[in-house]
Amino acid sequence: MNLTLKVWRQKHVHASGVFETYEAKNVLEDMSFLEMLDVVNEDIIARGQDPIAFDSDCREGICGMCSLVINGIPHGGHRGTATCQLHMRHFKDGETITIEPWRARAFPIIKDLATNRAAFDRIIQAGGFVSVNTGGTPDANALPVSKESADASMDAAACIGCGACVAVCKNASAMLFVSAKVSHLNLLPQGEAEKDRRVLNMVRQMDEEGFGSCTVTGSCEAVCPKEISLSFIAKMNRDYGLATLKGKSAAA
Amino acid sequence: MKLDAHIPSGPLAQKWDKHKFDLKLINPANKRKFDIIIVGSGLAGASAASSLAELGYKVKCFCFQDSPRRAHSIAAQGGINAAKNYANDGDSIYRLFYDTIKGGDFRAREANVYRLAQVSVNIIDQCVAQGVPFAREYGGLLTNRSFGGAQVSRTFYARGQTGQQLLLGAYQALSRQIGLGTVEMYPRTEMLDLVVVNGHAKGIVVRNLVTGEIASHAADAVVLATGGYGNVFFLSTNAKGCNVTSTWRAYKKGALFANPCYTQIHPTCIPVSGEHQSKLTLMSESLRNDGRVWVPKRKEDCGKPVSQIPEQDRDYFLERKYPSFGNLAPRDISSRAAKEACDSGRGVGPGGLGVYLDFADAIKRLGEAKVRERYANLFDMYEKITGENAYQVPMRIYPAVHYTMGGTWVDYNLMSTVPGLFVLGEANFSDHGANRLGASALMQGLADGYFVLPYTIGNYFATAKQAKPSATSAEFKKVEEDVRNFTNKLLSIKGKRTVTSFHRELGKLVWEKCGMARNDAGLKEALKRIPALREEFWKNVNVTGENGEFNQNLEYAGRVADFMEFAELLCTDALHRRESCGGHFREEFQTPEGEAQRDDDNFAYAAAWEYKGPGQAPELHKEPLVYEEVHMSTRSYK
Repeated sequence: MNLTLKVWRQKHVHASGVFETYEAKNVLEDMSFLEMLDVVNEDIIARGQDPIAFDSDCREGICGMCSLVINGIPHGGHRGTATCQLHMRHFKDGETITIEPWRARAFPIIKDLATNRAAFDRIIQAGGFVSVNTGGTPDANALPVSKESADASMDAAACIGCGACVAVCKNASAMLFVSAKVSHLNLLPQGEAEKDRRVLNMVRQMDEEGFGSCTVTGSCEAVCPKEISLSFIAKMNRDYGLATLKGKSAAA
Repeated sequence: MKLDAHIPSGPLAQKWDKHKFDLKLINPANKRKFDIIIVGSGLAGASAASSLAELGYKVKCFCFQDSPRRAHSIAAQGGINAAKNYANDGDSIYRLFYDTIKGGDFRAREANVYRLAQVSVNIIDQCVAQGVPFAREYGGLLTNRSFGGAQVSRTFYARGQTGQQLLLGAYQALSRQIGLGTVEMYPRTEMLDLVVVNGHAKGIVVRNLVTGEIASHAADAVVLATGGYGNVFFLSTNAKGCNVTSTWRAYKKGALFANPCYTQIHPTCIPVSGEHQSKLTLMSESLRNDGRVWVPKRKEDCGKPVSQIPEQDRDYFLERKYPSFGNLAPRDISSRAAKEACDSGRGVGPGGLGVYLDFADAIKRLGEAKVRERYANLFDMYEKITGENAYQVPMRIYPAVHYTMGGTWVDYNLMSTVPGLFVLGEANFSDHGANRLGASALMQGLADGYFVLPYTIGNYFATAKQAKPSATSAEFKKVEEDVRNFTNKLLSIKGKRTVTSFHRELGKLVWEKCGMARNDAGLKEALKRIPALREEFWKNVNVTGENGEFNQNLEYAGRVADFMEFAELLCTDALHRRESCGGHFREEFQTPEGEAQRDDDNFAYAAAWEYKGPGQAPELHKEPLVYEEVHMSTRSYK
């Protein structure tokens, strides 16, 4: 099939960007979306021009490096599918596809479709961990964890940190990402001891990074390639409320 | 050069304890005086960075991805082995040790493997304490499953995302240290060379991938945890960014490279669909528990729909050749059998490079619901990629490069032949011999980073007593200049061919001549063609853009330039090893039944290659493998 691509091109963070049009010819339906872009880039390079910059690494939906807003929807709008797992059989011959980067103040554009998501790392650094050093830990079976808790924790821990939840949100809120990490750890007895500190510090950092507020529209859950549930946001709000009621505050 | 593995004396089971006592220590207050550079943030790199920072060392950690959480350890599906014996089925440290040595076809170092089995139990404790959500029983305790090459259930797992969860555990520990200011993290930064001062590794030169800035970082020791070289084959299950650059450039600075010919091919990957293919996707081996592998008996039937090929015209070749293991024959053996079937013209799917993995019998026996319960996520993944419903038509699978057992030669302390340069995880060669067992890669990465390096690196500092290096010294300036010249040279060629086209051609060549099966003539041909291709690369590659910007094409070109050189060492090693063992199958050396034939009299050694300069043949050094504890036997799966 042949496609027309409208791709956001932006030289660097301070440059102004523009949509450029490219023809993608002889696209096969077995190609992944990123392989289609690889082929377009091969063409661009052969013409001596600057290829389209985009992030990807594992190309099997787990590393979270790929992004792309495709026709207005982060990762292209197929349930439980990251951009790298999206295949061209879902598109029709002659179609025009618009491709944009994640757009959020907290994710500045590096070049074209690649953005800087270091804000997510800083939120984890603020409290997304259990404070244990290497060594001296008790036997793994010393503390039983109910299967329900372990499973619910795993549901939250499946987050790949791609940022689609922020990209789709009209407020660029990071609540789904942050609540997934808070819930992963707060649902386990291992995370219990610093439950309050964790949620307070992570939320404080989230606000400092310039992410917006949550108005519970649920668009984040809909585009999440790992189908992380909106209910984790409720869980985080509860943990946050309880920690505040206890009169605790975020550590400086 | 004389290789000394520094294996401690004494009985095998006591070596590590004895060694830990003999190692010199650094006083807690003095640790902050030592700077350590860690390259790579996967399981080995992140676990080492956090553990060393917790001890008080000053750590800088570098990764080429946008965040340390993205390293390719994240893609591991199956699980992690540990000799916990929670299943009460007869497991022990000794059994895990023995299974690993045997699985490696008796080409690994005994003392290292024993230590790996010993610390495996600590890894699980550590990960659980970090909040890794391993699978559990209703009673609240951890559950285990069995995996290839073992007769006990010792594999811990977190759904099909064990690598992800273990990496996130290590990433969180690392993040905590970054937040505390004890680790300086440099994402989107690629190591382009090693700096050696006075014979010791004292720093690295890196390129900031966003700005293109080339800069030096000095330290008292350098740790490489940069993964394997599977992408030399172009197509592999590795992430797109995986590369050999750091260990290759260390090799050119004196760090010997060992056993590059030991590469692992995984039998159950989704076949190539066309020239555009950028990577291959692995599907868990567990599918072979219920799927039956077959191809048509006659070539003419290959294009027909499966429904038109009656039972008597199908060749269930694994069941036929290996009646006792059947479809569960080990990875290397199953992969070669699939290749033979396709080489005989009976492969299925586009290009004839595929075999069927058929669930029709399992669905008949168990019902579709049961099959769905066991494998739904894998069937979904298959459908996403191929558009086919494997409940109705058989899957098509083909082997693909998955892991590399070879790597930088290290001694028992994980130190390379360049003092002060340590190498961990898949990047080193030490623990898996000629073949790695399933669920052992995660174990090794974390063992090296959490529980081995933190002990051994202190001994280096306490005994080497080297002067503090300066990143502005002449040695660093010289290497920076070399890196700039290399980068500028790539950008100045402006030839006619893309980097991808060179990489694809190299990969095809290496796959054909040094893939699942190798022979003297093929390897010799590859060794002629690789230098010619490399020469063309340096004359005709088109690297667009400039250095001073975010330039993915330039990053890629540098990595492919190194693969062009590395491929030659890979084939040289494969040519010299005139035996078959594990992942290295030489067609000349097989039993009358077509099984791998080892030659313990002549090849029971690790082959460590020393760089002798451009255009010079590398020099082979042999580290004899001495088995004090186990008896070398022949693997049989008939």
